[in-house]
Amino acid sequence: MDNIVGTKSSLVWAVHLSVILLVLLWLFPTLGLFISSFRTADQISTSGWWSALGKVQQNLVLRAADPDEFRVERDGRYFVEGKLFKEEGKAKIKAWGVSSKRIDEFVPGDVADLKDGETITVNAVGNYVWSGPENSMKGRGQRVFVTAQTPPDFTLANYDTMLFDEKNIEGMSKAFFSTLTVTLPATIIPIVIAAFAAYALAWMEFPGRTLLIAAIVGLLVVPLQLALIPLLKLHLAIGIGKGYLGVWLAHTGFGLPLAIYLLRNYMVSLPRDIIENARVDGATDFQIFTKIILPLSFPALASFAIFQFLWTWNDLLVAKVFLIDATGETTVMTNHVVELLGTRGGNWEILATAAFVSIAVPLLVFFLMQRYLVRGLLTGSVK
Amino acid sequence: MADLNLSAVGKTYPGDINVLHNINLDIETGELIVFVGPSGCGKSTLLRMIAGLERITDGTLKINGQVMNDVPPAQRGIAMVFQSYALYPHMTVRDNLTFALKIAKKSPDEINEAVGNAAKILQLEPYLDRLPKALSGGQRQRVAIGRSIVRDPQVYLFDEPLSNLDAALRVATRIEIAKLKEDMPDRTMIYVTHDQVEAMTLATRIVVLANRGIAQVGSPMELYETPQNEFVAQFIGSPAMNLLAGKITSTGKQTEVTLQQGGKALSSVPTRDSDMELEVNVGVRPEDLQPGDGECLYTGRVEYTEALGEVTLLYFHSQGNDLAMIAKLPGVHAVLRGQQVGLTASMDKIHLFHKGKSLLYRD
Repeated sequence: MDNIVGTKSSLVWAVHLSVILLVLLWLFPTLGLFISSFRTADQISTSGWWSALGKVQQNLVLRAADPDEFRVERDGRYFVEGKLFKEEGKAKIKAWGVSSKRIDEFVPGDVADLKDGETITVNAVGNYVWSGPENSMKGRGQRVFVTAQTPPDFTLANYDTMLFDEKNIEGMSKAFFSTLTVTLPATIIPIVIAAFAAYALAWMEFPGRTLLIAAIVGLLVVPLQLALIPLLKLHLAIGIGKGYLGVWLAHTGFGLPLAIYLLRNYMVSLPRDIIENARVDGATDFQIFTKIILPLSFPALASFAIFQFLWTWNDLLVAKVFLIDATGETTVMTNHVVELLGTRGGNWEILATAAFVSIAVPLLVFFLMQRYLVRGLLTGSVK
Repeated sequence: MADLNLSAVGKTYPGDINVLHNINLDIETGELIVFVGPSGCGKSTLLRMIAGLERITDGTLKINGQVMNDVPPAQRGIAMVFQSYALYPHMTVRDNLTFALKIAKKSPDEINEAVGNAAKILQLEPYLDRLPKALSGGQRQRVAIGRSIVRDPQVYLFDEPLSNLDAALRVATRIEIAKLKEDMPDRTMIYVTHDQVEAMTLATRIVVLANRGIAQVGSPMELYETPQNEFVAQFIGSPAMNLLAGKITSTGKQTEVTLQQGGKALSSVPTRDSDMELEVNVGVRPEDLQPGDGECLYTGRVEYTEALGEVTLLYFHSQGNDLAMIAKLPGVHAVLRGQQVGLTASMDKIHLFHKGKSLLYRD
């Protein structure tokens, strides 16, 4: 298209700008979630995730070592020497102070005069020398307020807690497998049914075919919320109840109209000659379907499979209605995140991690299969 | 061994759209029949009806004396080659060739032999494990032909098999099809094309279809030399036959026609006394015209010439600026442009048509 002379619209920049905006709109929350899930609760409460990638300026309250234990006498004065930071060379002190009122009173290297002849000096990497006469160098260690720049610091502890901690193993890990149990059959069943239906609607002639296609297109506009309660009533009445079978059937039903519609449109665009030739070759409808249509429809099947997988994986509503019961045995991940929001609403690092665990698989699926996603969406419109 | 018989065959689509009407045709074993006609004349539809891909709404189709109207395509003993090749894109050449045989549950030995045979005839051996997309247009068409050969059908149906090939390849493949036919003298072939050259070179008989029916059936030379009607006369041959309106002024073994725009034409078509003053169209092919002096069939100014090397086409226009006449002279005659030229033709090359029908074919 770039080579077509004279068709370049002056609105190209507007297109580019909106694309960039949209990408950022989607990318920022995901990135924030991702980074937050690797930070500690302290880091999250003191600074935003966007500052985590660079050096972080933090105000810390640190204490010198216990003078009763560590003081050393030299020339009649007692000295306590040590390091304010456990790990050396990471943090860099910009300013410090000894009173909570003036936390940035001194620069590194200054000597602060404390009462009773005590002095303390702190250098940039956090080494301090605290000294004074014997009678005042006791009790608790001297408090030091520092304004320090700390390098990015990430931790896998949140993931460890969410996935492998004994206390949580009942939670997220189990929910992960529940979601998987819901999603795989809920993806495969509708595709199998829809492929057969789409072939029949595309290539087999029977009375009422057009009407049936129209009905399916009509079903596309029916919101699934409309059907939730009647369908649940039906499930309870015929004894399916709440459980995996119920949610599989519900997802199948809700996914079928779009699946049939997409696949039929794809199959109908396959060259008629090929199918007629197969018929002259003696193939039955079933053979044509399995040997010709199915292999040729792979891009469309794959693209619908990705869609169905993504939205059953991310589904909360259908699972809440058709699956989750009082025992909590079948809690899916989305619901587990909702529960965490209630019980541990303050622990952002836990929530971010849980959310990221739940979107990790969809992201993986998307990146691995995006080739089919794009191709599947375009097929039928461009040959 | 297969002869086909079509009697009163017709096709009406829903909504009373009648595309073919009362087609009667006998095709004998070993013939290569070519259906030609202008686009939309129903030639492909007729072929598809023989194949069983379109329902026959009127009349009966018999193959070897058996009524085939309701027999599915696979059981008619036919194989079809499509214009678009219709290869299965996800299968290798070998799988394409064996598809029908596997469906028919033939033994592996039989399949291998048939495929080996077809691949040899069509020189496809190096490509057996390739996918169709890795083949050139000509190779794809050969695979499509090979796919019908392996099934060893009684009747081969070709639906414009060469129209997607470029000119040079078309000639080569045309000759291959002709050779194939020679190697299989007892197989019947039906070939649909809109290309006259294919029709003239390949056919044992040509069926010209027009106006929902058959305009004429005959050998290529019959159609060329003695067309039954103006449609066939103009359809066969390129450029089309010239038609000039006139009145018969002398009858007998030879007929003299006085033309509307002046000039006289003498034809070897015999006429009866009662034909005196009959309004006729005089038909003469561009290649049968020669420049001449004296009593000419037509005299006019050459408006335009097209030199093709071996021949030169001369275009004459009437007063109303309509194209009146085309002459095809051997050699190069570009200098004739703008000059007055008289044209003559020998009398056995002059056709006479009354109300569209040739006077030769009257009862």
